[in-house]
Amino acid sequence: MRNQPEYAIELNDAAVKRGDRVIWQHGTFSIPAGSVTAIVGTNGAGKTTMMKVELGLLALSEGSAKVLGRPAGEANQRIGYVPQSYASNIESNLTAEQSVLLGLTGTRFGIRPITRDQRDKAREAMAFVGIADKAAYRLSELSGGLRQRVAIAQAIVSDPQLLMLDEPLANLDLASQRSVTRLLAQLNRKLGMTIQVVAHDLNMLLPILTGAVYLLDGHPHYADMRNVLDSKLLTHLYGTDVQVVTTPQGDMFVTPSADEHNNPNQDMHTVEEVAQMHHHGDEHSEEAQ
Amino acid sequence: MSHIEFGFDPNWMETLSTPFMTNAFLAGLCIALAAGVMGYFTIARHSTFAAHALAHIGLPGATGAVLLGLPVSLGLGGFALAGALVIGALGKRVSEREIATGTVLAFATGLGLFFARLSSSASAQMQSILFGSILTITTEQIIGFLAFDVVLLVVLALIYRPLLFSSLDEQVAQAKGVPIGVMNVAFMAIMAGVITIAVPAVGTLLVFALVITPAATATILTGSPFKAMVVAGLLCLAAIWGGLVVSAMFPAPPSFIIVTLSTLFWALAKAAQALRR
Repeated sequence: MRNQPEYAIELNDAAVKRGDRVIWQHGTFSIPAGSVTAIVGTNGAGKTTMMKVELGLLALSEGSAKVLGRPAGEANQRIGYVPQSYASNIESNLTAEQSVLLGLTGTRFGIRPITRDQRDKAREAMAFVGIADKAAYRLSELSGGLRQRVAIAQAIVSDPQLLMLDEPLANLDLASQRSVTRLLAQLNRKLGMTIQVVAHDLNMLLPILTGAVYLLDGHPHYADMRNVLDSKLLTHLYGTDVQVVTTPQGDMFVTPSADEHNNPNQDMHTVEEVAQMHHHGDEHSEEAQ
Repeated sequence: MSHIEFGFDPNWMETLSTPFMTNAFLAGLCIALAAGVMGYFTIARHSTFAAHALAHIGLPGATGAVLLGLPVSLGLGGFALAGALVIGALGKRVSEREIATGTVLAFATGLGLFFARLSSSASAQMQSILFGSILTITTEQIIGFLAFDVVLLVVLALIYRPLLFSSLDEQVAQAKGVPIGVMNVAFMAIMAGVITIAVPAVGTLLVFALVITPAATATILTGSPFKAMVVAGLLCLAAIWGGLVVSAMFPAPPSFIIVTLSTLFWALAKAAQALRR
């Protein structure tokens, strides 16, 4: 294992604007290497924006972002990225193996034949994610769950230190959600990858998460998992009643409570409104911890 | 001659050995090479309609050029390239926007008609710009086609993998450092060139069947990008050369036979695919 910096992702007073609109601001946190974190928040809170900032695809209007010890965007060769609904409307004849190979060769200019090493590497990645037998299938012939695995294989084929996935469980059936979650856990434990996922539904990921970045009131915060699983915080975060339940097996679930309609305190403000509402200070992080 | 003749021409072999036929065969070779390679990328990038629109954007350039006494290819190529650069600069998502593309396409066609009506010589050339006239391609044009093919192959050899990567998933390619803006503009600019050399053969209206359809057929038949490009080129060549031979035997316009063959190949591949399932 190559030596990694202590923190995989570090934000310092980071803010993002789209036009004049502040998406989020005052983002200061450090996510340790080797962690499995989720970026959570309501629709439009800026979850995908956060991932784009970390990939250096979107510039900050203030502050700084460091990823793998380098300014965001400079270490992208060591990052694997899995987008939302990968190749969902593909019309070309690419097979799973050819797609995975592009994870190694896709950025290279000029004529370079694919080497045996690259082919072995692609096979290894496909075997790890459990699609070795699907190598010759076209992407267009594969189900959403299998395409998701191809995307993960393409992302991990270059041995990244950090794997980022945008809504990896969306549009998957329960069984596929479970097996993708298990796969992420293996990547983290066996290969030591730091993993970050954008997710709107935490339930399936709870067993493997070590922490979460939550976008609340227009500010990104980071906390480790015991602090995130707080009914009050989650209720505030999602703008609807959420309960944390500890089951006899020790698993914790985040569920909407049954008496939702009785909640008079439901937060009806839009994300942009709350972003402007208060200047972020220490009182807020106390509330979270 | 008042009646329509569908008779077989027994002297078709002689027709085939005339100089204008030789030029047409050579032109077909150049066009098939370019169309085979770029057709695949056009499909992979979901840009088929944008490519089709480029031909129509070129139409006012073509008729405008005749109006000013300039070569048709110059006007066509200039307008198509300008359109391509705008579409390319706006990004891949824009080339998938069908309503905007369709509107511009219709307007450009109208403008082409307007220019054509301004002079009798442009009016006379309108039909061959719309439907092609492969039998009137000159040796100078073929030299131009060849030069374009060389440029296309060199550029493509350079950007092949990044272009393929960005066609598969633009976000991933961008995150990995592929300059997707450059890829977009390069793709659209090359596409404008392909359109410019294909239009003399079958015209702006039928160019889709020559550039996109063989690549679509090849995508059904083959399992890798490179094979698809080779097969698309061969199918395109078969359509053009087949069209020339058949139109020498029977009195039918080559454009019609070329498009018919291309469509036939595609329909057969589709049918075979449906049967296999």
